[in-house]
This record gives sequence, structure tokens and C-alpha cells, in this order.
Amino acid sequence: MNERETLDSWTGPLRTTMGGCFPGARAVYRGHDLHARLRDTDWLDLYLFGITGRRHTPSQLKVLNAIWVITSYPDPRLWNNRVAALAGSARSTGSLALAAALATSEAAIYGRQIDIAIADFLERAQRQCEAGTNLEIVVHEELKRNRGIGGYGRPVARSEPDERIAPMLDVASQWGLANGKYVRLAFAIEQILINGRWRMRMNYAALAAALALDIGLSPQECYLFGFPTFLAGMPPCYIEAVQRPPQATMPLPCSSIHFSGADRRSW
Amino acid sequence: MSDEIKDVIHSRIWEEEATENDPFTAHACFCNGYNVYSDVLEKASYPEYLYLLFRGERPSTQVARALEILTIAIANPGPRDPSVHAAMAAGVGGSPAAAALMAALAAGAGVSGGAREVFLCMQLWADCGCKLEAWQKALHAPSAIGKKMEVWPEAGHPPGFAPYAKCCATPVQQTLAALASHLNNGNIAWLQQHRESLELVSGHPLAMTGVISAALIDLGFTPKAGEMLTLYFRLPGAAAHALEQGETGIRNFPFFAIDILNDPATNVDAGAKQ
Repeated sequence: MNERETLDSWTGPLRTTMGGCFPGARAVYRGHDLHARLRDTDWLDLYLFGITGRRHTPSQLKVLNAIWVITSYPDPRLWNNRVAALAGSARSTGSLALAAALATSEAAIYGRQIDIAIADFLERAQRQCEAGTNLEIVVHEELKRNRGIGGYGRPVARSEPDERIAPMLDVASQWGLANGKYVRLAFAIEQILINGRWRMRMNYAALAAALALDIGLSPQECYLFGFPTFLAGMPPCYIEAVQRPPQATMPLPCSSIHFSGADRRSW
Repeated sequence: MSDEIKDVIHSRIWEEEATENDPFTAHACFCNGYNVYSDVLEKASYPEYLYLLFRGERPSTQVARALEILTIAIANPGPRDPSVHAAMAAGVGGSPAAAALMAALAAGAGVSGGAREVFLCMQLWADCGCKLEAWQKALHAPSAIGKKMEVWPEAGHPPGFAPYAKCCATPVQQTLAALASHLNNGNIAWLQQHRESLELVSGHPLAMTGVISAALIDLGFTPKAGEMLTLYFRLPGAAAHALEQGETGIRNFPFFAIDILNDPATNVDAGAKQ
């Protein structure tokens, strides 16, 4: 077999530059004493520092915080929130409910899989445009290669503008961050998609990714930043389900299963 | 109300008949046409019922036995496996049982030794089958330009093969041989004959994920179903070890030493570097 690294070299103490704790004494977070240097840090600032190793300005934090706030919908019909509500209905624990609902948010038609894909595409498209390629060609090639562009079109209310975009732009404008190159690019792509035969509008994921890229996050950092995006909408779904009688959230009678499979038969 | 008509679950797998005067309690449940509690329950084996659930038909005796062998082979990857280790980390601290299994699922889901690796390897088996040249081409193809970025990190090795092992592990060979005695026409049989050639093509020894993938394709499962089944089949070991470590306690569970390379208490330059 090929000569390659062995796991032997990775045994022994866990080498890290990210940090660790010394119970009874102190904790280190990315090279800083957590309880001395970072104790007054805003949680979002610390979270982003954990992801990027960089600190962010108050304006940037306001915009990134708003990205989470504006899409915090306490609607238990939404698929990820529904997981929290059903867990509450079945009297599972709040932590299990929320953890499973957040894991569910890594969906292919919304949430984290879209976040990373659109952030990556915006970055690639920007690079190609800066190298002289026409944006229309970039968009056409992307559609040919990947059939769709995450961040454009929406699984619900397809023909309506995304209601989160205007308030998000307001907040970004207020903090002077609404006109970065990635936000302009995201809107230019929307124009191409609306004017062409695709009729796809930009959705919130594209704007959120564009704002985060303009702030300096990489696509991978956008993805990890996005993890708690829907979290604030979830506890209300869990709580209200617990307040209803057990198993009384979205109960389904036997007749709600519409079967279209094999005819009755004997084993 | 139109909502009542709309709120329907469409299924080709499951059907229920309600108890008289109680629409929420099932009187009879049918899986792909078979009455589960009056017919299947005492006649079918567990692998047969699993196969029925996922494939919609009863398996042949050979197929059911192969599926059973597969479930035994991977039921416990052992406490060194990341998925079981994660479950034990939950179990040792007294986390809920579901947290232990969620931990096992998360750490056992990945593209390096996890269920996503099985998904990717099943795609390779579906594409390349028993053609060594096709494997050669697929494993050495340059990565696609402009491919949509995914949430999965890079695996760092070809799916289905062991990234660090020096030779094909004995349990992997034993599982392959056991499966080959029941699946004698497809990928598993070919793999049993050509394992060493395929290992030369990939540059790595065959891993258990490669055997699982070939078997699941032979059994007729899609890569998506195979990914699910791999996650599910490996849970028994995670559960048993989580319970065991819960009883053993944190004092007897490894905590590992840590070496913080930029500890501000020992490295005065660490703060400046940030």
C-alpha cells in the first residue's frame, strides 16, 4: 500500500489552538483567557470568533444578529419547527426537541444546505465576473451544471417576494452594510433569473449569504454561522405543544394515511 | 373543510384501519399489503420484515439471510469507533438515551467511515459495478469544476476503502466471505474474487464500508436507503456501550490530555497573533 500518515502520530495529548479548560482554574478560547479577556463579549461575537478566529465590529454584529432575528418564525407547521413541536407533544425533553429541530434545519430545500451552496456560488460567480466573464454566462452555466441555484426560488409562496428581504435590507442599510459587492451581485443574479424563463426570485438565504460574505465570512463560515438561524422560533413551538394535552399537536386519524401501494395479500 | 382533505400522508408502504368509534386507534395495520399483526408478526423474520419495509416485497431466503449477516456484522463497530465513542460520551454523563443515539448517528454519519461514505460508495458500485476499468476511471477522475458545495467535508480517501490501514482487516474479509456465500451473482461475489485488484486501483485496503455498500446494492437498496440502513444497523452497539459506560462512570472513561499550543498562560505572544 502507499506510504501514508499513520494514526500513531495522532495519539497522545490532543494538540489544539482552539482552547480547552483547566477545571478549578481557567479556560482558554482561541488563545485568550475566556474569563479574563473575553468575559464581557457579546455571545454572537464570541460565536463568530469561535468560527472565524476574527472579531467583528458592532455594525457587523447588528446585521448578523438581524439575519437570525428576521427569520425566527414560531410556526410549528414549518418542517424543522414541527420536529420540536412533535417532540413536545410526545413529552420529550426540550433539549432533544431543539437539537433534533436544528439538525433538521440542515435541509436540502431550505436551511443549511442552501446556505453553503449559495455562499459558494456567490463567491465563485464574483471571482468569474472579476476575471471578465459575463454574469449571464456564469448563471446559465450554473443552472446547466446544478439544475437550480439555491437561494433563488422558494418551496412556499413561489411567486411572492420573500417577506424577509425588505426588513433585512433596512437593517443592513441602517448599519451601512446593504451595498456590498456580494449584495449587488445577488440582486443582479435575481434580475437575470426573473427576466429569463426561470422566473425565480431571490429568497432570504441568498441575501443572508451575500451580507455575510460582504462582512468577510467564507462559505464554510457562513454555514457554521447559520446553524442557530431558526433556533429562536423553536422553543415556542415546543412550549405550546407541551401546554396542549399529550399527543394533541397535529393529531392524525388513521384515515389520514392515503395508501396507494400493493393490494392486500397474505404472507 | 379543505384543510381536512389536504392534511393527508401519502404512503405506498403503510395503511391502517381504524377501530370502530375511535378514528385515532388502529384496528389493523398493513405493510405493503400484508397485515402486520395478524399475519406477518408470527411468520416473518426480522430481516424479512425490514426488507419488506424498504423494498416493498418479501425477500428470498438467500437475500434475507444476507441482510441478517449484514446487520450482525455492523451491529457493533466497537467502542473505538467514533459513533460508539460519541454514544458512550453521552451515556457516561447520564444524558437521555435519545441523546446517546443522536450522538452515535451524528458521529456515524460522515464521509470518513460513516453512513455518507456508504452512500457515496453505493453510487460508485451502481456506476462502476464489476468493471475494474470503471473503478480506475472513477477513483482517479479529477474533481468536478463548479460542483455545488455541500455540507459534508472532504473525506480525504476513496469511499469504501480504509484511509490508514496497511491491509484489509480480517473482520472485513470474514464479512465479505460470509456475504459471498449467499450473494453469489453480483458485486459481492465479484469483490470476493477481485478484492486485491480493486485495492491496487484505489491504493487502499477495502474497508467495511465498501463491503456494506456492495452488499446493499446487491440487495437492491438505493444509496439513500443504504445510508439510512447503515445508520440504523450500527445503533445496537452504540446503545449497549452507552449503557455500559453509564454504569462504569466518568472516572473510568478516557478524558485525554490536552496540549494548547497558544495557551496565553504559557505563550505571551498568543494574544498578539490573534
